[in-house]
Amino acid sequence: MIRVLFFASLREAVGMDAWTYSPGSAGSSLRLSALLAALKPALGPEGYAALTAENVRIAVNQEFVDGPARVDLKSGDEVAFLPPVTGG
Amino acid sequence: MQRIRIQTDDFSVDGEWKALREQLDANAGAVAAFVGLVREVQGDRGSSLELEHYAGMTERSVAAIVAEAERRWRLAAVTVIHRVGRLRPTDQIVLVLTASAHRSDALAACEFIIDRLKTDAIFWKRETADGDTRWVEATEQDVERAKGWVGR
Repeated sequence: MIRVLFFASLREAVGMDAWTYSPGSAGSSLRLSALLAALKPALGPEGYAALTAENVRIAVNQEFVDGPARVDLKSGDEVAFLPPVTGG
Repeated sequence: MQRIRIQTDDFSVDGEWKALREQLDANAGAVAAFVGLVREVQGDRGSSLELEHYAGMTERSVAAIVAEAERRWRLAAVTVIHRVGRLRPTDQIVLVLTASAHRSDALAACEFIIDRLKTDAIFWKRETADGDTRWVEATEQDVERAKGWVGR
C-alpha cells in the first residue's frame, strides 16, 4: 500500500488530502510514473493537470525526488505532492 | 546547538532568549534576533493567515537551513521557532536567534536563515482578506534575496 498526500493548493485542486494505492501484486516495486498514471482517473483532468504542473515537487518518504520516471516505490512508501512553498 | 520547533502556540521571545543564553559560554559575544509579525492584508485589519506544513519534512527543511548557516558561520547556538495554523495581524509568526563569538557572524546567519525560510522551508500560506482567499507564494524579491547568498 502506498500513501499519497496532497498539500495546500493541490489539496484543493484535487479535492482530497490523501489517497491510498494498492498495487496488484504484493512485494513488487512500482514506478512513480505508474502511480501517476493510476492517479489520473481518480483525479480528473483538472486535478491531474494541477498535480503535474512544472512548479510541483514530489517527495518520497519526505525526500525530494527529481523525475517520476526513474523512482521505484515499494509498499509502505509515502508520496507527497508539494506546490511552491513559502515560510518566514 | 540548534533548537527548532514548529508549533501552533505563540512563543515567548523572553523565554526563548533565556533558554538560548543558558546554552552559551563566555566565548559568545553576540546574539542576533529576528521576530516576524503577521501584517494586515490590503489594509484589512480583519484579514488572517493560515499556515500549513508537512509534519516531519518541514522540521527537516528548517534543520537543513540551520545546518547550512552553521557551515558558513561560527555559531554557538541557533533557535528557530515557526508557527503554523491560523494567525491574525500583529501575531508573532517566526523567531530566529543566532549566537556567536562576534556580531558579524550572528547578524549574517540570522539574515541568511530568515531569507531561506521564505524560499526553502516547507510551509504554505493562505491569506484571507475582504472575504477573498488566496495562496501566497514567495515573492521575486524573496527569491532574489535568497539567491543572493549563493557564492557569498
